[in-house]
Amino acid sequence: MSKILVGLKRVVDYNVRVRVKPDGSGVVTDGIKMSINPFDEIALEEALRIKEQGGATEVIVVSIGAAETQQQLRTGLAMGADRAILVQADSAVEPLVAAKVFLKLIEKEAPTIVLLGKQAIDDDNNQTGQMLAALWQRPQATFASKIELAGGKAKVTREVDAGLETIEVDLPAVFTTDLRLNEPRYVKLPDIMKAKKKPLDIIALDTLGIETAGQFKTLKYEAPATRQKGIMVKDVNELIAALKQKGLV
Amino acid sequence: MTKILIVAEHAGGKLNAATAKCVTCATAIAGAEIDIAVFAADAGDIAAQAAALAGVKKVLTVENAANAEPLAAVLAPQVAAVAANYTHVFGPSTTFGKDLMPRVAALLGVGQLSDIMAVESAYRFRRPVYAGNAIVTVEAPQDKKLVATVRAASFQPAASGGSAAIESAIESASAAADIPTHTRFVSRSAPATGRPDLQTASRVVSGGRALGSADNFKIIFGLADKLKAGVGASRAAVDSGYAANELQVGQTGKIISPELYVAVGISGAIQHLTGIKDARTIVAINKDAEAPIFEVADIGLVGDLFKIVPELEKALG
Repeated sequence: MSKILVGLKRVVDYNVRVRVKPDGSGVVTDGIKMSINPFDEIALEEALRIKEQGGATEVIVVSIGAAETQQQLRTGLAMGADRAILVQADSAVEPLVAAKVFLKLIEKEAPTIVLLGKQAIDDDNNQTGQMLAALWQRPQATFASKIELAGGKAKVTREVDAGLETIEVDLPAVFTTDLRLNEPRYVKLPDIMKAKKKPLDIIALDTLGIETAGQFKTLKYEAPATRQKGIMVKDVNELIAALKQKGLV
Repeated sequence: MTKILIVAEHAGGKLNAATAKCVTCATAIAGAEIDIAVFAADAGDIAAQAAALAGVKKVLTVENAANAEPLAAVLAPQVAAVAANYTHVFGPSTTFGKDLMPRVAALLGVGQLSDIMAVESAYRFRRPVYAGNAIVTVEAPQDKKLVATVRAASFQPAASGGSAAIESAIESASAAADIPTHTRFVSRSAPATGRPDLQTASRVVSGGRALGSADNFKIIFGLADKLKAGVGASRAAVDSGYAANELQVGQTGKIISPELYVAVGISGAIQHLTGIKDARTIVAINKDAEAPIFEVADIGLVGDLFKIVPELEKALG
């Protein structure tokens, strides 16, 4: 039995243009489309491919969030995950808390691989996988664009600033996904029906016996400074003239 | 007393410019004492470069054969050990820092603040969320060590002319740290392009989906060479295989702040715009007059890039 644990975060959909509330207390989420964090979808796709190639026997999707997060977990089950766990939390948790939640689930499920998105596109933190690997005292391979498993080890190609880096890690390990790892599959209608029958366990966050309070206080949200609209030029000559005026050529 | 430890990023014996930007961020905290730690197999030249940054008090070196490559699992316990006497631990918000710093934070039992873009006080900072569509002001607790990454594009590099003392911290690092062997470096492919590095280039030319093929993308390189610019790409161009992954500019790629940014055939998705918001001057060339890139461009030119780019190259002489 080798299991893969996959994290799925419910976030404001990739295509939504996020706006700050006028009172600065947060961003507008009422009536806004919510989806699985795109990097997490890539993580799930990779887990499913590993299982399909015989590298694992069970894929478990995990989310930490409000009751509505069951929608995203059902989508994960429709994509092909075997079962789901929702750790129900009334408010958002910080990455360190999320890592502690995953560690609790790891103690119970004993997975060989934990696959997470490299960052969630809401808070853009890019922390949970690394923190989990530290607490679990296991290897991390972040920003993965290729994962090859063989004999209790994994060779992972990572997207780094300089180009591509390959590292080898012993399993179990935590992997976080980058964009080019794979292209997630589309969910088919019959799979959505099937997913309704798959197990989805709900655990209350405060029953896990971990410190759930965050340490950072967000004082306010503001819209970013906007750039002033510039000028339009008609042709290359005008473009060169405009660049010259700014001392750029 | 605010004592800040900055973890140096380096490669090939050279200090990465992002480290000097972390120093500038740290100096924005009034009265802070700033040290830099260099973890390397051979720290010599790197430590000397770090010591020359203005505002740095001390450079600590931890030389160990295991530190030859920047593996987060190997470095994190050593960083955590050296960080014992500091109130703040900063690293750059590059793939190096993003990989390493959260692991350090978790080992220290604290959270992390990602992507500091402005300092309000020693425990109050501003950072972007939602791909830069919102800026939050965040307060960290004063009774905990603050681990953070610094958004390089928000800060100028610290000036040179400093003369910090260089000391070895190998004893404190190795005494407390258990260096794991479960993670091993295999290889790195870093193409030597001869062009300015995308993250530090003062000029950048980027190409998008409209280029249509890897072969067509070559005209971006041609224009970049004419302007002595670095080359970037939109996610669409990278996903389609027209350009290499390390060229991606945007929310999940590189965040840059060049003097001149030329966007060619890039429509300007929010995720791309977040990577270029700090550019001084943005030039957009696109055949679609309605493309969102024109909303942020200082100079816009509507037309066929395959006609305009060669003309522009010629006009630049």
